[in-house]
Amino acid sequence: MTLLADVVSIVAIVAGAIFFLAGTLGLLRFPDTFTRLHALTKADNLGLGLVVFGLLPHVDGVVTGLKLVVVWLLVMLAGACASQMVARTARRAERHD
Amino acid sequence: MTDLLNAGLAALIVALAIWAVFARDAFAAVVGFIAYGLLLTLVWVQLQGVDVALTEAAIGGGLTGALLIGAASRLRGTEAVARAERPRTLVRVAAAALSAAVTAALAIGVLMLPDPAPTLAPQTMANIATTGVGNPITAVLLAFRAMDTLLEAIVLVFALIGVWSLGPDQAWGGRPGLRHRADPNGILAYLARVLPPIGIIVGTYIFWVGADHPGGKFQGATIVAAMWLLVIMAGLADAPPISRTWVRVGLAAGPLVFIAIGLMGAATAGAFLAYPDGYAKPLIIVIELALMPTLALILALLIAGAPRRPVQP
Repeated sequence: MTLLADVVSIVAIVAGAIFFLAGTLGLLRFPDTFTRLHALTKADNLGLGLVVFGLLPHVDGVVTGLKLVVVWLLVMLAGACASQMVARTARRAERHD
Repeated sequence: MTDLLNAGLAALIVALAIWAVFARDAFAAVVGFIAYGLLLTLVWVQLQGVDVALTEAAIGGGLTGALLIGAASRLRGTEAVARAERPRTLVRVAAAALSAAVTAALAIGVLMLPDPAPTLAPQTMANIATTGVGNPITAVLLAFRAMDTLLEAIVLVFALIGVWSLGPDQAWGGRPGLRHRADPNGILAYLARVLPPIGIIVGTYIFWVGADHPGGKFQGATIVAAMWLLVIMAGLADAPPISRTWVRVGLAAGPLVFIAIGLMGAATAGAFLAYPDGYAKPLIIVIELALMPTLALILALLIAGAPRRPVQP
């Protein structure tokens, strides 16, 4: 059972780390604001989600696990709102050019 | 493995610090500084100083970052002019040498600390039972060194008065900053409706849990203040005029309650800020409860800035 939990954790956290790496790469390499935002949200949503999922088998209680999930949900909410605002500002700036 | 992580963290922090100093654009430097604060949070976690980490994230990265973003956007108009008139090489070299000397002195000071470093931690742990709280940091801040915390709260009130005094004369007593306008159906207004209930609960939780675990009124108050600022920035509510009675009362209440309890200690327990036997925990809770709204008010109004809009009679 512990072995299974460990395997799930390792796979999920490594996958999450890959999403973070890919997101960072996209942030550095993509050509404009919108595609960069797209890359960034992948790291936030999926990357952090997978890391949280991978940590869940090892938490010392239901409350701690719930806290981790809430952290993930809050980061998604903040990330989605912030990228909306950045995208809107970028589009307005584009129109003025 | 941990050594590798620590080395990477240290290298990143030094690189980011250098970048923030050398960045040409004030806004970019501020963003670098905020990221620097977040990395510093990780360092404190790594050093097992979770209380300090929380404070660094809330105050160092968050609140100071917000203040600096405000300052950078105000300076944007004059930045090009300021850059054109670069100080002379001699002045620049002297400034760099002075900064390097300060850094070197700090580094030598840290490296020459005796090993093991002098610590009062055992005394704190030996006497923590008398305070009734479980978190040694809270015991230090509100019992063993309560004077420091009291002065800290008073200094913050003075800082706010300093910020207010930067406003123009005719705006004195008026509302701070400019009126924020945002699309009432936009994403910011949405966030400002969804997040505050969650943020207030999280802030109160961090405040309450501070008695026995990392947390406390300062970190909690920062989160509550951030929620209020979010509502103000989304245009859902306006910042209050600084002459409002409830603002003034709120600002004075925390330190006054603290001082009153301190004087009571002088009368009943023989020293200013001493707690009578058995009453330490309830009195600490009363002080924290009184300080938390005051701190939230101060921190939010510090960011809201100097009064700029006179109240219409």
